[in-house]
Amino acid sequence: MSTLVNRRARFTPYMLLIPATAVLLVVIGWPLIQLFIISFQEFGRAQVFGAPAPFIGFENYTKVLGDPAFWNVMVRSILFCLVNVVVTMVGGTLIALLMTKVNRFFRLLLSVGLLLAWAMPALTATIVWGWMFDTSYGVVNYALTNFFGLDFHAHSWLINPLSFFFVATVIVVWGAIPFVAFTVYAGLTQIPDEVMEAAQLDGARSTQRFRLIVFPYLKSIFLVVTILQVIWDLRVFTQIYALQGIGGIREQTSTLGVYIYQVALGSGEYGIGGAIAVITVFFMMAISLYYVRQSLKEEQL
Amino acid sequence: MTTATVRARIPHRKRSVRRRVSSIVLSVIAVIVFVCAAFPVYWMLQTSFQPNNEIIGSQVNFWPKTFTFRNYETVLFATDRAQFLPALGNSVIVTVLTVVIALIFAFLASLAVTRFRFRSRKSFILTILIVQMIPGEAMIVSTYRVLDDWALLNTIAGLTLVYVATVLPFTIWTLRGFVNGVPVDLEEAGMIDGLSRTGAFWKITFPLLAPGLVATGVFGFIQAWNEFLLALVVMSRPEMMTLPVWLRTFQVAHGTTNWAAIMAGSTLMSIPVIIFFLVIQGRMTQGLVSGAVKG
Repeated sequence: MSTLVNRRARFTPYMLLIPATAVLLVVIGWPLIQLFIISFQEFGRAQVFGAPAPFIGFENYTKVLGDPAFWNVMVRSILFCLVNVVVTMVGGTLIALLMTKVNRFFRLLLSVGLLLAWAMPALTATIVWGWMFDTSYGVVNYALTNFFGLDFHAHSWLINPLSFFFVATVIVVWGAIPFVAFTVYAGLTQIPDEVMEAAQLDGARSTQRFRLIVFPYLKSIFLVVTILQVIWDLRVFTQIYALQGIGGIREQTSTLGVYIYQVALGSGEYGIGGAIAVITVFFMMAISLYYVRQSLKEEQL
Repeated sequence: MTTATVRARIPHRKRSVRRRVSSIVLSVIAVIVFVCAAFPVYWMLQTSFQPNNEIIGSQVNFWPKTFTFRNYETVLFATDRAQFLPALGNSVIVTVLTVVIALIFAFLASLAVTRFRFRSRKSFILTILIVQMIPGEAMIVSTYRVLDDWALLNTIAGLTLVYVATVLPFTIWTLRGFVNGVPVDLEEAGMIDGLSRTGAFWKITFPLLAPGLVATGVFGFIQAWNEFLLALVVMSRPEMMTLPVWLRTFQVAHGTTNWAAIMAGSTLMSIPVIIFFLVIQGRMTQGLVSGAVKG
């Protein structure tokens, strides 16, 4: 009888994994294989309607890598990501430090504000910010003109690419700071008071205290949060796509995700879109590798 | 010379004045940060309650001069554009199905990886972590083609399937943490008291997991409710749109003409998320960085 139980127990974990594994294989695994295949095929509008899709080797890849438009998108995405990650990390950390310095009432006030910003769906957030930055009736132009005496009457924020990305940065950073602030704050509260007091007694200035105590203590938090921000900001789609819909020149403002969408589903160039997507997957995986390793290490499987 | 010795020479009263000044400055900064964070949400709400002709004047109202529910009526019942109520229906069905299915599947998987030791356990967890990192933006190219082959474009089943796969890795990862948090000793104690292994699990461990299941479910709800890109790709037909796709279409169609109605639509879409978010806020940070905080 005991062998029967054992044999059953041996198969139980596999049975439990079947549903999840099946879904992932069908919805992630199979399309991933298809993505690789399409990226080596000539696959355009004709193929969608049933024409055979011949294999053309690396032609899609050479086409993509030789296209200045692709490199523009790539450089733009990386720059946008870097700026957003730096602003988010610095802003979030400063707000976290602020939360440790103010009394309970102001801390609650900060938390409520941050939670509201965090909870807003990316799409509605983008539309609301788009309305606030509206050329004719936006509150931003109104405030800058009437309260600060600047000439922003009927100023268009989205036509100029640099200004477009300024607005995009405001939206992304606004939505991302709460996560960073709460996480760093949670880390800060775990630093033992004695350590900070000892440093204060030893005469460490506040910048020194941050550099010599807070930063080493929170190093792993900073690393994980920064990597998550890099991944999220490189993958930004909703904010850019929706902002382009409000006003903005597609060719000059697309980031990687939006570009893949435009090439594949917009122009029907699935083969070329596939090649861009494969390059993106490898690029992202290389960046994520560190995060995966860190997660595994800390979980001590 | 160190600051401590300098500070020691400053008379006591002067120091406390300086501390009070800096605490006032920090409080003021806190208020400014609060205003910056909350203002867009406020602006969305207050615009949505104003008549459209009053928000497109030369004056900007910081509080509604005339208070109206007209915009909500337009959004809910105007029939000229893709309609709100069918989109709401689609969103609710897809989201609820996604959460229920993902929770059940993830729950089973998390039991396997926490309560059993088997050969491919580590590689399964590793796969989950890697799958989570595959960018969905890159996958749309083939996801669209594959769903088209299976005649699942513009169907609830198709979008639900894609969403379940999207939220599964995170759901398994988080639930695994919650199941790990309940010591096996408790179950073993139950088994000594005469319960079967399964009985011990359902009577002892499962009730302790309930909060974890709720938190994870809510997180899945928010993700599925907000998801825009896949919905845009899979649900292109007007009658199959989910709320985000509907809102985008509504916004593009009305452009600069009816911002008040667009804000009303945005409000209707955001409110469930904001409420759910406040419910689980504490667990959110915990779940995401539980590993990192331990350091």
